[in-house]
This record gives sequence, structure tokens and C-alpha cells, in this order.
Amino acid sequence: MTDEPLLRVSALSKFYGSRVGCENVTFDLWPGEVLAVVGESGSGKTTLLNCLSTRLLPSSGTASYRMRDSQFRELYRMSEAERRFLMRTDWGFVHQNPADGLRMTVSAGANVGERLMAVGDRHYGKIRATAVDWLSRVEIDEDRIDDEPRAFSGGMRQRLQIARNLVTGPRLVFMDEPTGGLDVSVQARLLDLLRGLVTDLGLAAIVVTHDLAVARLLSQRMMVMKDGRVVESGLTDRVLDDPRAPYTQLLVSSILQV
Amino acid sequence: MTDIATYNFAYLDEQTKRMIRRAILKGIAVPGYQVPFASREMPMPYGWGTGGVQVTASIIGPEDVLKVIDQGADDTTNAVSIRAFFKKVANVAVTTETAKATIIQTRHRIPEHPLSAGQVLVYQVPIPEPLRFLEPRETETRKMHALEEYGLMHVKLYEDIARHGRIATSYAYPVKVEGRYVMDPSPTPKFDNPKMHRSPALQLFGAGREKRIYAVPPFTEVVSLDFEDHPFEVQTFDQPCALCAAENVYLDEVILDDHGGHMFVCSDTDHCEKRCEQGHRGHLAPETPLALERTEPAQ
Repeated sequence: MTDEPLLRVSALSKFYGSRVGCENVTFDLWPGEVLAVVGESGSGKTTLLNCLSTRLLPSSGTASYRMRDSQFRELYRMSEAERRFLMRTDWGFVHQNPADGLRMTVSAGANVGERLMAVGDRHYGKIRATAVDWLSRVEIDEDRIDDEPRAFSGGMRQRLQIARNLVTGPRLVFMDEPTGGLDVSVQARLLDLLRGLVTDLGLAAIVVTHDLAVARLLSQRMMVMKDGRVVESGLTDRVLDDPRAPYTQLLVSSILQV
Repeated sequence: MTDIATYNFAYLDEQTKRMIRRAILKGIAVPGYQVPFASREMPMPYGWGTGGVQVTASIIGPEDVLKVIDQGADDTTNAVSIRAFFKKVANVAVTTETAKATIIQTRHRIPEHPLSAGQVLVYQVPIPEPLRFLEPRETETRKMHALEEYGLMHVKLYEDIARHGRIATSYAYPVKVEGRYVMDPSPTPKFDNPKMHRSPALQLFGAGREKRIYAVPPFTEVVSLDFEDHPFEVQTFDQPCALCAAENVYLDEVILDDHGGHMFVCSDTDHCEKRCEQGHRGHLAPETPLALERTEPAQ
């Protein structure tokens, strides 16, 4: 662990006209830390995630990222070329719907290899070997390497999407409802896999989810959002076991007990 | 000259020609970059070479000698009609001989006879965007060109090797021009790609329906994309041309009968006829040279 955060976010706001997307969000993210952003739908979680991952430009506020050379760079002042380079090397983005993050018409191997080729890898054998390695790490059989993701189940697609994002060894991964739409047993395996990968690779991650169980399992720290504002933040266990804000109390008590 | 009285020289009005020339100049200045232009309606359907015809019409002058080929042949419908069109609207000399032409409009071949400085090769291009089938959004592909993000192009080649064990793309094989832009050389066979590299002739590409013009100036680097362990290679043929016995040329398969009979002949008809005149004989060549036979009246 270093003494400096990986990402510094300060007073970030995004307005859609007069409507609030997210307002005045401030936090630091440290290397290897998993931060969960929870809240009901429409609370601004995804807007915040899109702003942080520079897919959206915020209306005001700053976010600076510590590059591999330990220099902080202001995300919204970078050129588009630099941002996109960051997106496909040092960052990953796992979409809720795997079809948004995968190329559905090219094989699984090419999906994993694309980032390698994008950063200049030009050796077919090595790219394929890396793809095989990553498929096995996300528990996809090697003989599925030449199949298109269209032929994959939802859980497999999501695992493939994760492999595709992690192949360049990113330091920060954004996840938007990574387990959304999967049935519980598949969810459990995926969470197990994610937790293993995050620990092994020392990834920092920002996970947006409305599922408090996912947040508890994956994250060390969490932020609760409502109407675009952060109503409570702190260690995950503390927030879930001893919620202070009335909204968080409501949220925690709304979990269905089986 | 009465034939052309009703048309401006070379069919297009001067204002349009200036607009197209500006696009061509910009294309030459930025080799491989697709320049948008205001493509006009031409008296032929899209897909029949409206882009190439507009480029030719904009650069042709009364002194020019025009050759038009379609898949290497001078005598196919498209080639004959476009040649007749320019004879009518520009009253220019036409030829089938590669060496004598100053402008060669081509659909999907580069002549076998080496091009020389001062010649212009005009390509008819159906789909100018090499990334089109990988990324359908034009806004995105333009951004990828602008930021030189060409990883996706190799994804296509990767897919080829994964499926077929080798790079199976045999035409419209993507090239990188002058170390910068990735370009679709139009659906020419990849056999012709090496001929584009440092060619002394100016190469212009016109896509009428897609409204794009791009160019490769003379002596420009044109490198075919590949992998280190799967290098670019051109098609090879295991037999020579059946008519002129030429080797190391691009051959077409011609069906001879309904019983599977076929022969492989030069796709470049001018090249083939020249060789026949010089006395080269393939195993299916007629006794008398083809060119002579053609001048005889039909029975």
C-alpha cells in the first residue's frame, strides 16, 4: 500500500438541464480498495460511475488519477486520445449487460485479445496463449475459445467480459451491476470469482449495485446515494450493521429475509 | 464534337469538378485519409463505379488517354460502358494498353504491367471504411482513425487465423498507408497489395455512394497488416495461364462446359493478349493468336 490514493474525486456534480444526476460527490479511492456505491434506481449511481470513467463529462468538480508514473492527472483535462488509452490499458469497465461490453460477433478469444492487439501486440501465438490463460482463470473451457459470445450463457458472457477487461492488467475497474440479471447460484460463483481476482491482482474497483449483499461481499467501503447525493459513507460492515442515515436504515431493513 | 455539345466537358459541371479536385488534393495531402465529398448523381446506378467516374471526370483533360478495366478485363460490360461514356462526353482517346494510358479507371485489379510515373490509377470503391464490418458506427470509426486506434483491425485477422488456420482474407485486405491511416484498398485481390507499395503512379479512390475520396500519392509506403507469426502473403497459383502461360500473375477461373471443365487464365486481358502476340502459348491456346482471331468476321 502506498500513502497516496489512486483516485481523488472532489465535488463532482452532473446536471441534466435542471435535473440532478449526481451532486457534490467527494471521495478518495486507494489502491487495492473496493468501493461499493449503493442506492435505489435513479439515485445517480450510474451517472457517477459514467462520470468517473470519463464516459460522461461532469458539469463541475474534479477527479484526478494517479498514473503509473505516480503523477496525478486531472481526468477531465486529458485529451480524448489519452483518456481512451487509459480506458483500454489501466482501466476496465464491466457493464451490467455483457452485450454492451463484448463484441458479440467475434470469438471469445478475439474478445480477450482485442485489448492486447490495441496496445500493439502482433504475435498471434502469444495473444492466443494469453486468451487461453484468461479463459481458464474465469472458468470458461478452453474449447470454447473460438465460439462467439452469442453462444454463451449469461453467466459465461459476464465472466468473458471480466476476462476481456483484466487482460491488460488494469489497476482500476469500474463495475455497473456486475451480477444484475443472473440467477443466484451463478451470481454466487461470479462473486466468488470476482473476489478472488480482485484480491490476487490487487485491483481497485468501484462497484455500482443496488444489491446490498453484493456490496457486503465485495467491498471494503461503501457510499449510499439518494437523489444524486451521498447520504452516508463508511466501512461496508459499519454501514450495513449500524446504518445512521434514515434512508440507509430503510434500505437495510428492506432486504428480504429468506 | 457534336456529341458533346449538350454536355459540359467530361459530363460534370466545372463547379462540381473543382469540389472533387479539392477533395482529391486533400486526400493526396493526407495519404489514406477518407475525405468526404458531395457525390453527385451519375447516369448509372450506385455500385457501378459512380465514385471512380466522378474522380476520372474531374481529372481528365482532352489530351488524356483513358483505359478502363473491370476485374482486369477491358471487354466487360462495366469497362466498355464507362469507356464509351468518356469517349462521348469528353471525346478523349481510349486504349486497352496499360502502358499507353495516362488514366486507368479500375474495378478491383491493378494491371500486371508495371505502372510508371505520370499515370493515374482510379479505383471504384464500394465500401471505403475498412473498419465497417467490425464497428458499424461511422462516428466511432472516424474517431478510431483520428486516434489511430487500429487494434480492431487485427481482431479481424485474428478471427481468420482462429477459424481457418491462416489469414483467409483474400481481397480488400487492409493496409497501413505511410505508417498512419489504415485503408481499404477496395476489393482488389490481396495479390495486388504489394503493387501499391511505393508505386510511381498516383492512386485515387472514389466511393460514390459512400461519398468518400482517398488517395495514395506516388512512392508512398503501403504495408499490409499481419501478425509476426502469420506474415502477409499473396495468393499463389499452381499452374500458369492456360492461354499465355504467364506465371506469377493473378488468374481467373473460367468455366468451359457443364461437366466441370475449367481453365485458369490471366485476369488482366491486356497483359494476356500482349503475351499471346509475342508468341507465348498456354496449353489451351488456340492455334492463331487471339487478337488476330478477333478481327476476323464472325461466320
